[in-house]
Amino acid sequence: MSTPARRPRRRWTGDYLYLFENLILKDFRVRYRTMSLGVLWSLINPLVMMGVLTFIFGRVFGGDRPPLFPVFVLCGLVPYNFFTLAFLSGTLSIVDNAALVKRVPVPREIVPVVAVLSHVVHLLIQIALLIVFALAFGLRPSEAWLWLPVVWIFYIIFICGLSLGASALNVYVRDTRYLVESFNMILFYLVPIFYSFSIIPARYARIYQFNPVAAMVLATRNILLDGKAPPTSLISNLIVAAAFTTGLGLLIFSQLKSRFYEHI
Amino acid sequence: MKQDCLPSGAVRFDRVTKSFAQHGGPRLLRERVGDLLAPSHARRIEVLKDASFDLAPGESLGLVGPNGAGKSTLLNLATGLLEPDSGTIEVGGRVGALLELGAGFHYDLTGAENLRIQAALMGLSRRDMERKFDEIVEFSGVREFIHQPLRTYSQGMNLRLAFSVAVCASPDVLLIDEMIGAGDQVFKDASHRKIQEMRRAGHTILLASHSEELLASLCDRALWLERGRVMMLGTAREVLEAYRASRRPRNRA
Repeated sequence: MSTPARRPRRRWTGDYLYLFENLILKDFRVRYRTMSLGVLWSLINPLVMMGVLTFIFGRVFGGDRPPLFPVFVLCGLVPYNFFTLAFLSGTLSIVDNAALVKRVPVPREIVPVVAVLSHVVHLLIQIALLIVFALAFGLRPSEAWLWLPVVWIFYIIFICGLSLGASALNVYVRDTRYLVESFNMILFYLVPIFYSFSIIPARYARIYQFNPVAAMVLATRNILLDGKAPPTSLISNLIVAAAFTTGLGLLIFSQLKSRFYEHI
Repeated sequence: MKQDCLPSGAVRFDRVTKSFAQHGGPRLLRERVGDLLAPSHARRIEVLKDASFDLAPGESLGLVGPNGAGKSTLLNLATGLLEPDSGTIEVGGRVGALLELGAGFHYDLTGAENLRIQAALMGLSRRDMERKFDEIVEFSGVREFIHQPLRTYSQGMNLRLAFSVAVCASPDVLLIDEMIGAGDQVFKDASHRKIQEMRRAGHTILLASHSEELLASLCDRALWLERGRVMMLGTAREVLEAYRASRRPRNRA
């Protein structure tokens, strides 16, 4: 019973599963209860974007476009949208949840992770939409589709890692928020959403190779459009990105968390 | 010195010091860069200095002192929200804190949803919560509104809800910061009775309040803080008397 400890670390003990469930549902409910169209927004937003991009890059610019262009675009939009929404919520999470961080001794790491995970409900609706479109355009389900949950899990871990680091930095330097917003905007063009990876000149391909969001888009297209398992290079890219950001994010977070209370 | 695990409900502060950096609010990048280039030794304010006390399981301690004396900081340290700069804090068992009226409540969610979130944050499991849910709602006295959004609640109803979930979670150590003062007489009486009941059942209680009447009736011992220093630690009666005596001449000045 008597475990001697230099500095007794005080740990929150409780039901993590119940806590996660309640906090994720809370974020989700708060987001949708205040909108009259509720969850429909999850569908309208990507559909409108898909329509616009299909029109501009399919009709206005014309030229060669990849087959099944609307599905092609949607395969890019869903991972990109999820990234921008989840990463921004994650970044703001500690500051936005000041009441919680200052009043309840739950492990702080939970806060950005919950912020990211609360977008998963919304994501599932969008993935369903993507699959409905794929089927409507005549694509047939194959075993390769089983890769979807695998790549998504690594992708979500990758975003959780980024959010851990960014949420901690945002407590100290509030400009982090604007950096993330600008970054998200630039990312729209650096991810092959409305063009395909094959048109990228070889000398720029490296920029894309190390971009996990681009990797996710390409993997989604491999799976849905080509009915093939994504190449190992893409999967390893996602795994390395998830491990790297989670490690670094936890490190930054643990260094900064003890003074959150004073700064928010 | 060897540190053993404290029994459930015991609290020990050993020469605890906590200071805060003196700067205001959020910081921008240019200030950070400025700090890096020309480090200014920002002044730190000691909000708690060398505070020591020991509470046995089942004891109740009142905290008195003017605003800014360090009462809330002490409670936050005991909750584990803050880490001391030096000294050690040990708390045995589960801590439940009522630090701010409905902190963490969300106004767009219903009373029931907020209760579940709060219970999960306090560490209750799903099973415990399902078992206690009715008891909590009953005690809060807001049953007919429990499925209405919280923004339709009055301050008092809000308070009842927060108080109910905190006490029904049945923590080994209950920390209360200045809150039961806000309700109406019925609620005040009910919450007093509940705290007395918990005291008799052997829960440890730390209570910060400006109401001497409350402290006298609910606490065995009291700790008087003034600008972060412990002025006196003793039985509730003697400490309150000394505190009152010290206030009198200053009120006139």
